[in-house]
Amino acid sequence: MELSVSHLLGIKYLKKEDIDLIFETADHFKEVINRPIKKVPSLRDITIANIFFENSTRTKLSFELAQKRLSADVISFSTAQSSVKKGETLIDTVNNILSMKVDMVVMRHSNPGAAYFLSQNVKACIINAGDGAHEHPTQALLDSYSIKEKLGEVGGKKVVIVGDILHSRVALSNIYALKMQGAEIKVCGPKTLIPKYIESLGVTVEPNLRNALEWCDVANILRVQNERMDVNYFPSTREYTQRYGVDKALLDSLSKEIVIMHPGPINRGVEITSDVADSKQSVILHQVENGVAIRMAIIYLLASKLQQ
Amino acid sequence: MSQKVLLTSKEVNIILHRLACQLIENHLDFSNSVLIGIQPRGISLAERLKTILETDYNIQNIPLGFLDITFFRDDFRRGEKQLDANITQIDFLIEDKKVIFIDDVLFTGRSIRSALSAIQSFGRPTEIELLVLIDRRFSRHLPIQPDYRGRQVDAIEDEKVKVCWKDKDGEDAVYLI
Repeated sequence: MELSVSHLLGIKYLKKEDIDLIFETADHFKEVINRPIKKVPSLRDITIANIFFENSTRTKLSFELAQKRLSADVISFSTAQSSVKKGETLIDTVNNILSMKVDMVVMRHSNPGAAYFLSQNVKACIINAGDGAHEHPTQALLDSYSIKEKLGEVGGKKVVIVGDILHSRVALSNIYALKMQGAEIKVCGPKTLIPKYIESLGVTVEPNLRNALEWCDVANILRVQNERMDVNYFPSTREYTQRYGVDKALLDSLSKEIVIMHPGPINRGVEITSDVADSKQSVILHQVENGVAIRMAIIYLLASKLQQ
Repeated sequence: MSQKVLLTSKEVNIILHRLACQLIENHLDFSNSVLIGIQPRGISLAERLKTILETDYNIQNIPLGFLDITFFRDDFRRGEKQLDANITQIDFLIEDKKVIFIDDVLFTGRSIRSALSAIQSFGRPTEIELLVLIDRRFSRHLPIQPDYRGRQVDAIEDEKVKVCWKDKDGEDAVYLI
């Protein structure tokens, strides 16, 4: 069994069988990262470059750890300290790195489609670690994996994505992935932050937070993406929190215990309060652990398609 | 495709008992020894041996683990063969214990080489021994030999040795295909 794709550019390009294979492989790597020596030698002849044109803590560390656990050689590059500031183009940057014989590139860039553009123009396996407000496939895969771990399966489950859907690549990738696995999806947030034709993706809009949480089995809570906002999408952060922030009182008042997820970083007190983020219903830290296993699985499966 | 019987059900049974006795000779009550079945096909043999040791020779509580070697293979990205991993489950410490690897057929020795690398992720055993049901003599690619062998077989490269177990395939038998 192998993946049907040679790059990971977005969930949109995957098939359901690919997702199943990634999850099965991630199960094995989850066991590996709990051993005394958390390494396997499979990728010791592979070099991977992590190129992050946008800030990241979680994703970058997670990828680096996954690559090192597979014994790959890792070089990391972030634009703060680079020639991009001197005006070097994207293709030039990457080609310079590739001429040092790098086999795979993990890239985060602020332009949607940057990863796709790269895959058409350079000779390396490309993994999209987030391209603008478009896709963040590894996040969606680890989110679904975490739901499967907590609830047994994703098919038939009701998932609500709460918050800034308009600017969120996590939301879009999650919608594609959850739909492919047969989940039902609602989105909930201020009207100004819900894309106009989102229902064409097969999701419904629920403007009221309480109704959305009452309906769902899982709530994936997103951060407000201030850095992508060119205008004010809501009157004040306080008003956002009052209408769309999840707090313990709201959670406890629901008729069943729902699962709380958040891709991070959390703005405690804005979209989610500390007692919710740290509650036993929250799988936020499991998402982080699963992230390493999922990324190991993806890198391993893509590497196995690289020619010797 | 012609199929030659190498071991009948009766012969397999006698060999399993003989192997069990050989293990007892060297490991006595297994207080310092553990059995590790190599995935995927060493598992049935390992479980059978443990059952025989428990029921027929009254040695209880022998630690049994399963080791998958997929990520330690030396042919990753080198062949057409797709690698499907199985579970690894070693719920005990192997530090300072005697480890007995159990596999059904010893052929080139590469699986055992991978297992020797893989087991190091779990600790440092005092010693490692190898038990196989079928030893395909003269087929080794590496300097690896078994400590306990069921039957030695001379087979040419293209032939395959197939081991069947009662619980999975309905009978205990070994065929040369």
